[in-house]
Amino acid sequence: MKAIVCVKQVPDTSGKVAVNPDGTLNRASMATIINPDDKNAVEAALKLKDETGCKVVAVTMGPPPAQGMLRELLAMGADEAVLVSAREFGGSDTFATSQILAAAIKKIGLEDDDIVYCGRQAIDGDTAQVGSQIAEKLGIPQISYAADIKKDGSKVTVKRMLEDGYMTIETQTPCLLTCIKELNVPRYMSIKGIMGCYNKPVEVYDYNTLKDDPLIDPATIGLKGSPTNIFKSFTPPQKGQGKMLEGADMSTCQELVSELQKKHII
Amino acid sequence: MDFHLTREQDLVRQMMHDFTENEVKPIAAETDKTSTYPRETIEKLFDLGVMGMIVPEEFGGAGADDLCSAIAIEELSKQCASTGDILATHNGLCCGPIIQHGNAEQKAKYLRMLTESHKVGAFALTEPDAGSDAAKGTCTAVLEGDHYVLNGSKIFITNGYVADVFVVFAMTDKSKGTRGISAFIVESSFPGFSVGKHEEKLGLHGSPTAEIVFTDCIVPKENLLGQEGKGFKIAMQTLDGGRIGIAAQALGIAEGAMEESMNFAKTREQFGRPIAKFQNTQFVFADMHVAIEAARLLTYKAATLKTEGKPFTLDAATAKLFASEAAMKITTKAVQIHGGYGYTKDYPVERMMRDAKITEIYEGTSEIQRVVISGNILGK
Repeated sequence: MKAIVCVKQVPDTSGKVAVNPDGTLNRASMATIINPDDKNAVEAALKLKDETGCKVVAVTMGPPPAQGMLRELLAMGADEAVLVSAREFGGSDTFATSQILAAAIKKIGLEDDDIVYCGRQAIDGDTAQVGSQIAEKLGIPQISYAADIKKDGSKVTVKRMLEDGYMTIETQTPCLLTCIKELNVPRYMSIKGIMGCYNKPVEVYDYNTLKDDPLIDPATIGLKGSPTNIFKSFTPPQKGQGKMLEGADMSTCQELVSELQKKHII
Repeated sequence: MDFHLTREQDLVRQMMHDFTENEVKPIAAETDKTSTYPRETIEKLFDLGVMGMIVPEEFGGAGADDLCSAIAIEELSKQCASTGDILATHNGLCCGPIIQHGNAEQKAKYLRMLTESHKVGAFALTEPDAGSDAAKGTCTAVLEGDHYVLNGSKIFITNGYVADVFVVFAMTDKSKGTRGISAFIVESSFPGFSVGKHEEKLGLHGSPTAEIVFTDCIVPKENLLGQEGKGFKIAMQTLDGGRIGIAAQALGIAEGAMEESMNFAKTREQFGRPIAKFQNTQFVFADMHVAIEAARLLTYKAATLKTEGKPFTLDAATAKLFASEAAMKITTKAVQIHGGYGYTKDYPVERMMRDAKITEIYEGTSEIQRVVISGNILGK
């Protein structure tokens, strides 16, 4: 049994955001972090390891410096890591990325009792598409927005968090789950983990490693294989400042009603 | 000369920074206000392998180097010097001498207790009349059959009322002066061990300081650490290493105070502009930066020399003296930058100033550091 976790290195948007003249993010000049939702996915996988002793394999697609992030995951407790990195994969949108990651997961080896964990969405693109597309391409069931996960043999029961409530779904392994921050609190790296993380294996899958997989078609990977076209990037205008009304008296209530009427809310 | 941290040291800093921001910063003011030992935080630090991180892997530790430990103390002390102190004492003053001087049985038993079993460590040298002049101790240890009988008391013992394992120094032969001092590993559960007065201090309110009393305390013969009569040497070697921890603690306090002050100065407006726009304030920050950089380099150099097994007594004393005095100056300036707000408990800088003071006193006062430094550079 394995837990395979897909992770992404993203720009740290809590710091200074740098934008290129063409409107795209200047990733090279920004600090990077592990995508926050992906950390919840890692924690879910490590929790399964705590409970069952299964192996945890972390996989990411990105440039060579993404290896640093993989070492952090190994220091948290992951057993192995895979960096999917090739010039041919550069510029991939969510469709192309999911093709490549699905091929990488097949190469790692997806067994009957495995679970693939992804974060709900990345804070740079905010699409929430890659996890679901990987599941489609692997032909396995998927449950998104996991806020609670229980595994009993090959049966996996997940509480999905929706805007207006929860939905509980049961499925069978192998399956893919996308995780949200309400699922858990990611653990810290441990000192023992840090001291040992550079002795654990990080395998690099380049184009040649994956090229024989039918999913790796030049027409469906990289910039050329990406159906998404970006016409323009811009910073949306800031929303106006909210208005605070304080007080529990009638005049405050009347003012509130008046404000809501002005905006045609009531 | 390489000024870069190793990849592991970098990750330790990142992890300890995250831990401190999430787990320590939110409770630091309350810990100080209520003088509460941060038990939950220390348990988490045990879980993460930070407590006892320098212990070799074969005895339950992570085998981290001295700079990793210094970085951990520094990061904790940016927000809570008490937590940094508890760690510095556990790692440097209790695990340290057992790693260095313990025999195989002692290491197997006590280093595992100090890591895997979550037992807190302490170091008991100071006595009411024997502070800087440690040789004037009156605590005695008399060999009777298969055990020593300890009598006397120790004061100002960090982790005193929470620790389970103590490295204790006592006279086995008073006539020999410093050569009559021996070191022992003493468990708080041993008969005749008791905790005396809990100290109320100016700062470090979360760090549990107490008097330790030995009344016919029975310590098994096999708990003699090193050879009989070698205790003073063990104490001095341990304090050499411990000074790196205190330098790291002082460095962290200084960094925390500077960060707080910069955040304040950028938003506090007087005369129509943030006070950070005044050159007077800017120059204060420039001086703080210089002192912190120098303190960091001295501290990291001493830690690196220790890890490499090279002489580091002079470097540890230099780092401790400079970093502690820098911390005192910087925290005092930090209060000044905050003005009246800095004098209140609404801002953390008054706590940092109170906490900084002890770094000039314990594990060798600034005056003792100058004795060590001048003795080393002039020759004795």
